[in-house]
Amino acid sequence: MKPAYQKYFRDNLPHIWCAGCGNGIVMSAWARAVDELGLDKNNMIGVSGIGCSSRITGYLDLHTLHTAHGRALPFATGAKMARPDMDVFVFSGDGDCSAIGGNHFIHACRRNINMTLIVINNNIYGMTGGQFSPLTPFGKKATTAPYGSIDRSFNLCDLAIGAGASFVARGDIFHAKQLTDLIKAGYQHKGFSVIEVIAACPISYGRRNGIPNPADMMQYIKEHTVMKAAAEKMSAEELADKHIIGVLQEINEAPEYCESYAALCERVQGGTK
Amino acid sequence: MAKVRLVQGNEACALGALKAGASFYAGYPITPSTEIAEHMAEMMPACGARFVQMEDEIASIGAVIGAAATGAKAFTATSGPGFSLMQELVGYAALTEVPCVIVDVQRMGPSTGLPTLSSQGDIQQARWGSHGDHSVIAIAPSSVMETYYQTIKAFNLAEKYRTPVVFLLDEEIGHLRERFEVDPDEAVEIIDRKQPTCAPEEYLPYENVEDGVPAMAKFGQGYRYHITGLTHNEKGFYSSALPVVDTFNRRLLGKIEDHVDEIFESEEFFTDDCDVLLIAYGSVARSAQEAMEELREQGLKVGLFRPITIWPIHEEKIKALCAGKKAVIVPEMNMAQYAREVRRIVPSETPVIPLSRVDSELIIPEEVAELVKEVLK
Ligand SMILES: Cc1ncc(C[n+]2csc(CCOP(=O)(O)OP(=O)(O)O)c2C)c(N)n1
Ligand code: SF4
Repeated sequence: MKPAYQKYFRDNLPHIWCAGCGNGIVMSAWARAVDELGLDKNNMIGVSGIGCSSRITGYLDLHTLHTAHGRALPFATGAKMARPDMDVFVFSGDGDCSAIGGNHFIHACRRNINMTLIVINNNIYGMTGGQFSPLTPFGKKATTAPYGSIDRSFNLCDLAIGAGASFVARGDIFHAKQLTDLIKAGYQHKGFSVIEVIAACPISYGRRNGIPNPADMMQYIKEHTVMKAAAEKMSAEELADKHIIGVLQEINEAPEYCESYAALCERVQGGTK
Repeated sequence: MAKVRLVQGNEACALGALKAGASFYAGYPITPSTEIAEHMAEMMPACGARFVQMEDEIASIGAVIGAAATGAKAFTATSGPGFSLMQELVGYAALTEVPCVIVDVQRMGPSTGLPTLSSQGDIQQARWGSHGDHSVIAIAPSSVMETYYQTIKAFNLAEKYRTPVVFLLDEEIGHLRERFEVDPDEAVEIIDRKQPTCAPEEYLPYENVEDGVPAMAKFGQGYRYHITGLTHNEKGFYSSALPVVDTFNRRLLGKIEDHVDEIFESEEFFTDDCDVLLIAYGSVARSAQEAMEELREQGLKVGLFRPITIWPIHEEKIKALCAGKKAVIVPEMNMAQYAREVRRIVPSETPVIPLSRVDSELIIPEEVAELVKEVLK
């Protein structure tokens, strides 16, 4: 029997992803989360940009918008403002979200519209064959950094927190159960939720950086992620090459944009500008 | 009841948009279009419509398309630099066939150019700004009243043909204050996109229907479908199969180019009875008309053809109108962007003479008249 969460998929699988790619794990974690939340397919919009990860929307049995590179968040902003009653999920890659879409990202964090962004961070531009992204760690190799990247990288969650995001979490593809829970928590938070997922691209990243085997990449991710509670007891030195996973920020008092807009309409219509 | 007052072109555009049923606006401020955003910010909350100021023009048109996918009549307003930034997503709206309106209040370019001065420099950008072959509809009104009614038409055309429509004001018309006499309750034709009537499982959002324009379901009404900027099949999913791609691209062009008779609007003065035909649009058409009237008083046979629809261009009509004329003069505030089309269409025995001004000054009736006299000498 097919697991219940598969009802959220269109019947157009198999997907285009390479064997060992992390995107499928994220897609399943999302489907489990919305299944556990009991969300209605007819009331959901899925939005993505361009990249391997952004292909997710093609497989989801929702109203889906596969937009342009970096632009998923503006499209989602328009859709959610026009239909605040619908649930909006946005899928993006590290390049899509933090390079070409970086400006939209920080403004979405600031604006605080009630929707959920899942950023699949595989540390590389997968779709175009392995160029470095703003989330490629310093020194790692890419086709456009054949001698090791000399670009400093962003910490995406810190960037989101700095830009005022009201919910920020980090998960990874090894801890898939936790990832499902983080997506659920992100959805349940009222406001803009950012969930960064440490993922794997064995083909365009792993091969060039000494971890070509998908199983080894999983092991690598397991060894380089630390639960937030454990991280609090660790030194900066110990944390230097680790990703802290868990809910990193939750502010419940930040005004949600669509609610503020509705209140503004009411004020104007009531004649109290 | 119509109250007579002085209204600016940009305000008429804002009023026309609301009358057309615009329920979503996203934009980024830029001279000389900003008043449109300001009017929308003021008026939209009163009727529950949505206004948002985005972080740039790319975000603005992205939000517009996202809102339009849910069924909203959505638009943005900008000027040359912002319009250039939008181009990738103008192509996206064309390919995905999501209706929307982009108002471009043209200013002098290229680049930052002269932000507060008028131009008609975006005529070709409106047609060819985005990569790839697709068609587009563009409209250029010549007065404040016409701006109001043509804005309504822009929304109607966007819905009817599932296409982005570019509304080309020039700074002169955008900032012109003119007598405005419109009954806000007047009954005007409002067109909404065709809705699917079939069962959701049978719905083909990109069906090869005869008129070229498939029905478009609104998000959230049970028709769950995929919108992608990848070339797609009738179901909306990526396809690179040769016949699919060819049929799709041809339909995309044909749904507009094959309906030019229905889309195209223009005004003609003495076009049958003239030796010299003027072709002018937007604010320049006003100077051309004045020149024509003066010259006719002097007994010179001058006519005027004023296209209101800039794209698609009505080739047959222009060819017929220009046939047998001593000369066709095309005054415009750019380096012959429309004249090059006329020249392309009209057989070579008829001289097509551009009258270009790119010094930021308006074209005045006297210079049009002078050129006509010189041609007739
Ligand atoms: C405007 C534009 N610039 C560049 C590209 C080429 N491009 C497609 S996907 C991509 C990078 C994708 O990387 P990422 O967002 O990290 O996603 P991944 O493929 O790794 O999942 C690039 C540069 C494009 N499609 N559009
Ligand atoms: S290139 Fe990388 S990100 Fe893209 S499908 Fe293959 S493994 Fe996944």
